[in-house]
Amino acid sequence: MYTINTATEIADKIFEFWIDAPQVARNARAGQFLILRIDEKGERVPLTISAVDGDAVRVVFMAVGKTTEHLATLQAGDTLADVVGPLGKPSEIREYGTCCLVGGGAGIACTPIIARELKAAGNHVIGIIGSRNADLLILEDEMREVCDELFITTDDGSKGFHGYAADVLKRELDHRTIDAVWIIGPAIMMKVTSAATLPYGVKTFVSLNPIMVDGTGMCGSCRVTVGGETKFACVDGPEFDAHQVDFAELMQRQRIYTDQEKLAAEKFAEHVCRCGEGGHCHE
Amino acid sequence: MSDRPAATRVHDFAEVDQGLTAEEAIAEAARCLQCKKPLCVGGCPVCIDIPAFIAEVAEGNFAEAARLVKEQNMLPAICGRVCPQETQCEGVCILGKKETPIRIGALERFVADWERESGATLPEVAAPTGRRVAVVGSGPAGITAAADLARAGHAVTVYESLHEAGGVLTYGIPSFRMPKDVVKAEIEQVVRMGAEIKKNYLVGRSLPAEELLAYDAVFLATGAGLPSFMGIPGENLPGVYSANEFLTRVNLMHAEKFPAFDTPVKHAARVAVIGGGNVAMDAARVARRLGAKVFLIYRRREEDMPARLAEVHHAKEEGIEFLTCTNPVGIIGDAAVTGLECVKMSMCSLDASGRPSPEPETGSEFTLDVDMVIQAIGTSPNPLLVSLIPGLERGRKGNVVVDEDGRTSIPHVFAGGDIATGAATVIEAMGSAKKAAAGINRMLREA
Ligand SMILES: Cc1cc2nc3c(=O)[nH]c(=O)nc-3n(C[C@H](O)[C@H](O)[C@H](O)COP(=O)(O)OP(=O)(O)OC[C@H]3O[C@@H](n4cnc5c(N)ncnc54)[C@H](O)[C@@H]3O)c2cc1C
Ligand SMILES: Cc1cc2nc3c(=O)[nH]c(=O)nc-3n(C[C@H](O)[C@H](O)[C@H](O)COP(=O)(O)OP(=O)(O)OC[C@H]3O[C@@H](n4cnc5c(N)ncnc54)[C@H](O)[C@@H]3O)c2cc1C
Ligand code: FES
Repeated sequence: MYTINTATEIADKIFEFWIDAPQVARNARAGQFLILRIDEKGERVPLTISAVDGDAVRVVFMAVGKTTEHLATLQAGDTLADVVGPLGKPSEIREYGTCCLVGGGAGIACTPIIARELKAAGNHVIGIIGSRNADLLILEDEMREVCDELFITTDDGSKGFHGYAADVLKRELDHRTIDAVWIIGPAIMMKVTSAATLPYGVKTFVSLNPIMVDGTGMCGSCRVTVGGETKFACVDGPEFDAHQVDFAELMQRQRIYTDQEKLAAEKFAEHVCRCGEGGHCHE
Repeated sequence: MSDRPAATRVHDFAEVDQGLTAEEAIAEAARCLQCKKPLCVGGCPVCIDIPAFIAEVAEGNFAEAARLVKEQNMLPAICGRVCPQETQCEGVCILGKKETPIRIGALERFVADWERESGATLPEVAAPTGRRVAVVGSGPAGITAAADLARAGHAVTVYESLHEAGGVLTYGIPSFRMPKDVVKAEIEQVVRMGAEIKKNYLVGRSLPAEELLAYDAVFLATGAGLPSFMGIPGENLPGVYSANEFLTRVNLMHAEKFPAFDTPVKHAARVAVIGGGNVAMDAARVARRLGAKVFLIYRRREEDMPARLAEVHHAKEEGIEFLTCTNPVGIIGDAAVTGLECVKMSMCSLDASGRPSPEPETGSEFTLDVDMVIQAIGTSPNPLLVSLIPGLERGRKGNVVVDEDGRTSIPHVFAGGDIATGAATVIEAMGSAKKAAAGINRMLREA
């Protein structure tokens, strides 16, 4: 059993949990993720390790379906049946010169830990974080503290630059040298934003989020095509060279279970309002 | 025979083979000739004293029979169910020359089930030696080694990356062939002997390789879980699974009970399963239970299939349609699978394994109308941990190289099971684990 130390809603439908998981926390590096299972009937869901403090790890997630909605109902002191990690390869941290971290939506959660390690490796770190509107912007203070420069964008202009992170990234690439870029967010945002760095020939990483089961390389659910080759994102990634990724295939594979996910979410919502015990109370 | 009828069993995941009753077991055991030079013992990879345990069964001394089996095999309820007896003990039984061989597997299972239901007695455990041994992986190899090492008095920690122990027995082999309470009970015994099982530990990540190597001895039993794909067009379409993924979703995550359980699996009307081994049979029979019409596509002839005879027989009874001498060349579909392109194969000269090598027949291409494809064409040794241990010698196929004691190129690190042999069988995994455990015991005694 793994205890949730704190559970906070940091923006609408975006939650920050600190979870006690010593074997994960003690070995985690930037760019890695964990897999958790709420209870005996739960599925294994991957979430990026967003920060580490002693024996605890932080995850930040958006409530988008059955499992994340269920997770959102848990509180400090509650326990999770399983947490395994750290999984995946760490980010390729070294001294590049100037690095830029681009986070979109809940993907912003993955950026501070990478920024910290890049900074420690001697890089000048620029952050660009974007969300739909000012209320949905997360971890701004933390990113301001770790980055040398921070730019904010909102789709509706309610804060910072009015537009997309890709626009600011292009602007910066036009007037200075950036040696490496990380882009983390929804698949479509990673696709569009990494297209912006292509003409500049900048090394660009994206963190892919295909559907996973074990997260240890034994099922192939997470397979993605990178540079024409099939890779398992859970062990060969999750970070890959953005310009080699087949995003169309990734997005198609993310939709495999759309019908079933909808059913599970509806069933869960019914149970939440009737008894408040989550989707598993009826048996 | 004691199989549940196919028409009922294709609607559930309960065990197919109901096992022998006490009367049936005694009668079967009474047929044994008690050969002076028993061939069956030589056919058993772990050398169980088969005539001795059968003699006890014939007398109705089931507890003594169980004790004799467990001297060589800690997991008899498992082996009795899944060993390929027809190529091992039963294959060499002298009675098989004239009539049918003794049903040794069924008898082994009977005594193990009898013992479990009437309360298993544990083997004696030696006084603590103060030595720490790490076992990585809780499949049949890891569990067997842990039992022998715990019995010798060492402090044993078994690390498992998944949330359940058992390896393939838990995530791969379906419950209608390998009931999960049987696996749990066998693992529970090892825990009662003093071994500790730490789940949710991916060694190499959750426990760094240097910390693993700090144990007095290490046994690597990480299996051959890396699924191969054929490399044909359309392979990453939604609706194409590796057998490992399909089986894991059902066996480990209980997707057949979705939405009561959260993990989904696709349900299809017509499924093609590619392969001819136990894994292919299991995937086909699970797909059948999820309601599909299932085709099994195999590139050689039926008699060349590596699957256990019983599984082939059960699969056919359950209505799985076999398309042999057929090879898939492409998966068709746009947003989802709509068909499987195949070519007929003709059997040519025998290859190194003594099986005919298949060659495609020109002009024999055809398209099979299916909406799901499951590839069960093999797995290879898990590369993750072994690639993180510096100086660990590996063979061409990624297997860890060991000597006859199971020792690797690092003196205090041993390996066994599928990680050392490549994908093999439960009993071979156990056999190699026993050797390695004996090697570790010797090393720790002499050190
Ligand atoms: C390496 C990795 C890191 C991730 N990190 C984060 C993170 O830090 N914060 C965050 O909010 N989300 C993260 N995700 C996505 C997160 O795992 C999914 O949002 C979650 O599984 C959705 O489950 P659900 O039941 O709530 O929603 P569902 O209704 O089941 O699905 C909603 C969407 O999530 C995706 N999804 C569903 N099941 C899985 C699964 N088992 N594995 C991966 N994706 C799935 C589907 O493609 C679907 O589009 C990460 C995914 C991966 C692979
Ligand atoms: C579907 C299927 C059906 C089969 N049917 C039969 C049959 O009928 N008869 C038969 O004899 N054989 C059968 N086999 C083969 C048999 O199951 C295997 O040969 C046997 O399980 C190998 O045992 P093992 O202990 O070496 O590995 P596994 O059973 O594969 O166990 C390895 C374990 O190690 C864990 N692990 C891996 N890496 C790490 C790590 N880094 N840290 C921690 N844990 C790790 C894995 O999660 C797994 O639990 C079948 C196999 C499959 C897949
Ligand atoms: S999630 Fe199973 S191999 Fe990656």
